[in-house]
Amino acid sequence: MTNVNAAEAQPNVPGSLRYQEASPVAEPGLSVKMTSRGVEVYYGDKRALHGIDCDILTNEVLALIGPSGCGKSTFLRCLNRMNDTIDVCRVTGEITLDGEDIYDRRLDVVQLRARVGMVFQKPNPFPKSIFDNISYGPRIHGLARTKDELHQIVESSLQRAGLWNEVKDRLDDPGTGLSGGQQQRLCIARAIAVSPEVILMDEPCSALDPIATAHVEELIDELRQNYTIVIVTHNMQQAARVSQKTAFFHLGDLVEHGPTEEIFTNPRDERTQGYITGRYG
Amino acid sequence: MTDHAATVPDRPAFAGTGLHTSDAAVRRLRARYAANRRLQAMGIGAISLALGLLGILLITMVSAGWTAFFQTYVTVEVDLAPEALGLEPGTTEPEAIRRGDFREVLIDSVAARLTGVDDATARRALRDMLAAAAPITLRNMVMDNPALLGQTIEFRALASDRVDQVYKGLIDRELVEDRRTISDQQLRFYDQMVEQDIIAAPFNWRFFSTADSRTPESAGIWGALVGSFYALSVCFLISFPMAIAAAIYLEEFAPKNRWTDLIEVNINNLAAVPSIVFGLLGLAVFIQFFGLPRSAPLVGGMVLALMTLPTIVIAARAALKAVPPSIREGALGMGASKHQTILHHVLPLAMPGILTGTIIGLAQALGETAPLLMIGMNAFITQAPDSITSPATALPTQIYIWADHPERGFVAKTSAGIMVLLGFLIVMNGMAIWLRKKFERRW
Repeated sequence: MTNVNAAEAQPNVPGSLRYQEASPVAEPGLSVKMTSRGVEVYYGDKRALHGIDCDILTNEVLALIGPSGCGKSTFLRCLNRMNDTIDVCRVTGEITLDGEDIYDRRLDVVQLRARVGMVFQKPNPFPKSIFDNISYGPRIHGLARTKDELHQIVESSLQRAGLWNEVKDRLDDPGTGLSGGQQQRLCIARAIAVSPEVILMDEPCSALDPIATAHVEELIDELRQNYTIVIVTHNMQQAARVSQKTAFFHLGDLVEHGPTEEIFTNPRDERTQGYITGRYG
Repeated sequence: MTDHAATVPDRPAFAGTGLHTSDAAVRRLRARYAANRRLQAMGIGAISLALGLLGILLITMVSAGWTAFFQTYVTVEVDLAPEALGLEPGTTEPEAIRRGDFREVLIDSVAARLTGVDDATARRALRDMLAAAAPITLRNMVMDNPALLGQTIEFRALASDRVDQVYKGLIDRELVEDRRTISDQQLRFYDQMVEQDIIAAPFNWRFFSTADSRTPESAGIWGALVGSFYALSVCFLISFPMAIAAAIYLEEFAPKNRWTDLIEVNINNLAAVPSIVFGLLGLAVFIQFFGLPRSAPLVGGMVLALMTLPTIVIAARAALKAVPPSIREGALGMGASKHQTILHHVLPLAMPGILTGTIIGLAQALGETAPLLMIGMNAFITQAPDSITSPATALPTQIYIWADHPERGFVAKTSAGIMVLLGFLIVMNGMAIWLRKKFERRW
């Protein structure tokens, strides 16, 4: 099912504009950040994604929902080429970031991942100090010329991730000693520290308790001011709370894509309706 | 059934007629408990057997070898008059002192304490009671400090092996004279020494400071220790970096195909190749083809490195594999390149495992004898090696050499050598455990 027309995602479509007007937060830029055209992914002989066409707008949160094994995480991992690390995985089609093909041979994947950061399902801080966790990215990308600059980056990243007040007195403690929710915010701070343009989140709250989840959701809403965010989630309430656009995946197809409100209140496809009303998934 | 009463009640609480409470079910239950106990008993039996045998080994070794850690000395006052030594009065020239007749002066000093040393035969008998090394030690003392000439000093003379054995009670004095290594005349001298309290057996520091010798009283383990140290250093320097490089390539970069499968199978097979084959390879390639010196720790270390490599590669690969993928993904997801991910995150986390494998590999290499025999590290070498290319023995080959000697003193030396080797093995394995505990990290 590749019948979702990409035009739906464009800002000049009435439904989309209606949504923009309804949004309580500052009006996002209307430019397209990333596009995906005819993306197919194979694991060995098995086709996991069947031609995905999708646009991601600057400064919007796009939620990818769907039952387990539908390909939403696979699609997310295509956006910063994390699938490259899987030997048997092959990606065809075109994905662009600011109009540049990210699967182009000349493109450096290291640079791409600096621009498109990622937060994983299970908090995975490095077994180093909190400071080193945050400063690692800026260091390898040469973002700080002096120690002071590095300290500034660490502080501002932790502040934006809402973790500064909790850890400012123990930056030298191991990052693995924090609670689960703090660890996940540490991982978000770590991703922010590199100043990416897009942040990909793969079920960032699935290992967290409700309070930590609320923290992270608030954080996602704030981060939207500066970053474009794509989030995979199993929790439909979460998709409804944090995202402006939602894409519903089913068995490797992108079934429906549109403003979150519309998807949840008035889905066009019956499979979408079945999923959000809990008939399967 | 009453003998199991402690663990199984005679009749379970649910006894009755149900599917799980009938008599047949109760019998099945008892049979199951009996099988449990049989399995447990077999395990305990196996462990006790192993521990018992180990105990016997340790007891025989210690009882045979402890005497080597003590050495008998005769303490006498020696008058170092230059005239008696046949030296010019007032000489301080070391080369001149070297020619001095220290042996006769030493025997005179001992003879002065005893009665019955009145002819040449008696003197010869007395001379054989002192180690050949004793006058040399005295001479070296004087050469180092010529001011001793003209003085009377107290000197601890190393006793020969036969006296040592008598003092330690290892020679049966009741035997017929020609069945023992010490004559009746020498025994009379010995008894006088004991009476005057000039003979004693303090801790044998000499054992840890000298190399091999023709006579058991002078032979020490130091030369073999240094040889083993050099060989293991060479082995470590070659095998550690090579094994880590190979493991990283195979684990992180190599594509999974028929070639890498073949390499993997071969590495596993290599770990099982008999060590003497590596010795032959070392002899043929390193000594014959490359012309490296024989009996050298350099070649020994290279051969041991070949043996240790597969062990470390296998351990390092297992350690790299055990690093959780989430750490790799975290680093890659931040834009770290592959080598940054490996060097900054994966390798440090795998290091404790790699080090443990390395130490266990080196401990194996330390005890390895066969390949060293093939490259001539079982030569008779009386000096500790001063470089990795000078001839040397190693701990296991030194034990092998001593085990071959007929003298009684060497029997104790052999066991003592084994104890030293085992001591080092215990220390190394302890270090491996300590490292694993210390650097084990949670993630």
